[in-house]
Amino acid sequence: MSLAHRIIPCLDTDGERVVKGVNFVNLRDAGDPAALAARYNIEGADELVVLDIAASRDHRPTFLETIRRVAAELAIPLTAGGGVANVDEGRAILRAGADKLTVNTAAIRNPPLLTALAAEFGSQAVVLAIDAKRVGDRWEAFVRGGSVATGIDAVEWARQGVDSGAGEILITSMDKDGTRSGFDCPLTAAISRAVSVPVIASGGADTPETFLEVFREGRADAALAASIFHDSIQGLGALKRYLGENGVSVRQAG
Amino acid sequence: MNVALVEYGAGNLPSVERALRLLGVESRRASTPEALSGCDALILPGVGHFGALMRSLGERSLVAPLRDAVSRGTPLLGICLGLQAMFATSDEAPGDTGLSLFPQKVSALPATDRLPHMGWNQLRRARPSKLLEGIPEDAYFYFAHSYAALDAGEAGVAYCDHCTPFVAALEQKNVFATQFHPEKSGPVGAKILTNFLRQAGNKV
Repeated sequence: MSLAHRIIPCLDTDGERVVKGVNFVNLRDAGDPAALAARYNIEGADELVVLDIAASRDHRPTFLETIRRVAAELAIPLTAGGGVANVDEGRAILRAGADKLTVNTAAIRNPPLLTALAAEFGSQAVVLAIDAKRVGDRWEAFVRGGSVATGIDAVEWARQGVDSGAGEILITSMDKDGTRSGFDCPLTAAISRAVSVPVIASGGADTPETFLEVFREGRADAALAASIFHDSIQGLGALKRYLGENGVSVRQAG
Repeated sequence: MNVALVEYGAGNLPSVERALRLLGVESRRASTPEALSGCDALILPGVGHFGALMRSLGERSLVAPLRDAVSRGTPLLGICLGLQAMFATSDEAPGDTGLSLFPQKVSALPATDRLPHMGWNQLRRARPSKLLEGIPEDAYFYFAHSYAALDAGEAGVAYCDHCTPFVAALEQKNVFATQFHPEKSGPVGAKILTNFLRQAGNKV
């Protein structure tokens, strides 16, 4: 008996539709979030993440409606985020039906935000999302959808974020994102060793072997992927069977 | 049937309501003492902080009515923080008193593994259980917490191990509770809710 490693499909949205791109650019439409959510719920996803990658204030009501539509399809936990800058915006996302929220840019600019969110909703509801890119011999955190360098060491930021109240880290490798060349195991392992909270690896998912690697070498507690699931390149059931056969504790679907 | 969800300003009512609706049961929200009486079953959902929950129940004068409903035999299901609230005290809020349906305390899980305990885990059955009837021994349930009751005496029907063994499900007469979230635990979670509603006389 042990805690299962989680497989988490991610719906990157423009607020309303699922979109996808490579290395954070060249976005194209990839479907209706509620329809995909319904599919993943049945196929055995352990959790779902829905992000508003445009995160403009103007269409926030549209994204909240998307969260409601997605949540209505799920009997599994939902994490949502994108542009959350204060406690009220966090509350709106949780009220719309999310169980956890992600914060990224606003937390780097204003680390006490993590403390405020954790005090209000509990650490278990606060996921610190970090977009990291290899720069020399370390990883640097980027903000605003990966477009702005911060000069902050991603591993150090993860440690600080947890001290401030984050209950989970979602680490996205910008070098790997959208490339289908495997997760960034060294980055994930560095984060995993630095913090005491669960770590979700993101960016580079491809074959079942890449998931096995990120659970073993990357010491990830959960792995997130988007296009390989949306495009039916990888089925959740087959992926979990493979991981189970290779000694990774997973929750088999159904 | 008449199922009331105790509303205290936090908690995850919509997801519990949705899970019940999928079972064909429309619930209502109860935030006053009057609303707690005359229902077939009560559910105390919970996310957040032990102290905040107890203070919020206190401000709404719901503590005594909840205990009275339990004494009258109304089936009560506590979920996550709702389970913890049934105990006397919690490490999370040393100054606050719980519903004290059970005399033991809620403890911080020792940090020997990753915390919060977040994700899907299995149960170890300790006693026959109405709540877990018909559920496979190896089923996974969704947990998200850093505090837990380590002991519930005879009421502990299933335990989970993360950092230390803790009470994952308890039942005593008409009182039921799970540390995991049945409303987030897929088909086996729905079965838990079905089993609870059957205790409240639901024919489903």
